[in-house]
Amino acid sequence: MITSYVHEIVRGTGSLLAGMKVTIKAMLSRTQTVQWPRQYLTLPQRFRGHIQLVPVESTGYPKCFACGNCARTCPSKCITVKGKKPEGAKKKSPTTFLLDFTKCSLCGLCVESCPVSALGFSKDYAMAGPSRQDFAEMDLLSSLASPFSTQASKEKDHG
Amino acid sequence: MKDINLLHIVISLLGIMGMVSLNAVLVVWLERKTAGRMQFRHGPMEVGFHGILQTLADGIKLVSKQLVAPSHADTALFIMAPVVSLVPIFVAMMPIPFSATILAHETDTGLLLVIALGLLNTLGILLAGWGSDNKYGLLGGTRAVGQILAYKIPLLLTVLTIVILAGSFSLREIAMSQNGLWNAFMQPVAFLIYIVCIVLETNRSPFDMAEAESELVAGFHTEYSGMAFSMFFLAEYSYMFVAAALATVMFLGGWHGPILPAPIWFILKVYFLLFLMIWFRWTFPRVRIDQMLMMGWKVLLPISLINFLITAVVLAL
Ligand code: SF4
Ligand code: SF4
Repeated sequence: MITSYVHEIVRGTGSLLAGMKVTIKAMLSRTQTVQWPRQYLTLPQRFRGHIQLVPVESTGYPKCFACGNCARTCPSKCITVKGKKPEGAKKKSPTTFLLDFTKCSLCGLCVESCPVSALGFSKDYAMAGPSRQDFAEMDLLSSLASPFSTQASKEKDHG
Repeated sequence: MKDINLLHIVISLLGIMGMVSLNAVLVVWLERKTAGRMQFRHGPMEVGFHGILQTLADGIKLVSKQLVAPSHADTALFIMAPVVSLVPIFVAMMPIPFSATILAHETDTGLLLVIALGLLNTLGILLAGWGSDNKYGLLGGTRAVGQILAYKIPLLLTVLTIVILAGSFSLREIAMSQNGLWNAFMQPVAFLIYIVCIVLETNRSPFDMAEAESELVAGFHTEYSGMAFSMFFLAEYSYMFVAAALATVMFLGGWHGPILPAPIWFILKVYFLLFLMIWFRWTFPRVRIDQMLMMGWKVLLPISLINFLITAVVLAL
């Protein structure tokens, strides 16, 4: 009886010390969190953010030629593409490329279905907005140079 | 007894108030930093260097909040409770010797005074629980009383062990008597029991029965907000300081130590013990109320009693 009493106390104390060893080790090791927004995580190669258009390296214009494959493949129907030929070009170029991110399930089917690999995943994970509407019509063209802008401004000048 | 004059009291009270606030700022910061690092987080980082002024910012926020009393609360008790909890601290800090000469007021029974005033904290908690007309508050308050019954007797027995070793109730003389060997080495069992008891006394995890967030929302301070809440908060951290200071005096040789000046040694030892308590809190899960009572009555009490008897017999021989 008395031995089991003593044994229990010694065993309990031992396990408490073991626990304290775990926490002090954790305290002395590196922290895992970063000081957002001053620091950003480096994301893994294959991180899937929202989709974005891939530019042609030399011009900065979108690779996309507005075939509409992605929009047709998307199971949630959240891509809207419209395009036309810029002056003197052989292929079309997108004039509208909208993503309804409120519906997108990040399945990646659009990325796979694109014949010229014009879509990729962005690494932007810090997205927030005061309203759901902020993400209903994300303009994916806005971050790229456009083959139309010079033409459009020309037209404006003439008009 | 030295004669007490008004100026002396005012100066010591001001010093103690400064000490209490500075201590709260530091310990809360240390607590949050430690908690963060133990969970691989940073803890506060924004206000001041590595968040050192975070507590100050939180304090200002709390002061600016309204104190809401529940409609059926016993308003007098409700308002009184945090005051009852906090004010004894200022007296309890008086006899604590930071060195042989730095202490606010020496009494021959300093040890008893500090321990008796520590009881008022529990009274404050009970009043808060009773006065706030809230079932969680009331449960928290009654738990605090059950807890005090379980730990005060072993606590007093270990204190008595030290008193018969030192032959005095005066904190200064107890510290002076350990010039050579610290009582922690002479009385390791008493030291361990005392460490457990101060965690129980300061109502901290794993023995934070009175506020047990997972069971009682916030226990006795469920209904408190604003300044009244921050007074409970201040009281908790100040009692931690007093309890650690008492442990330093009784077991860690008070201000004795090589090279560094005496008050620095004292503060270092106190903060080591405070860190130990923080370390406990972020390591151990909360025990159940019955486990805590079982430990108090079946483990701490008999062991401290046996330890006391052995010490008394050895000293008498
Ligand atoms: S990732 Fe899937 S859901 Fe999102 S746009 Fe592409 S196909 Fe549609
Ligand atoms: S499938 Fe590719 S090329 Fe076709 S519209 Fe979509 S992104 Fe553009």
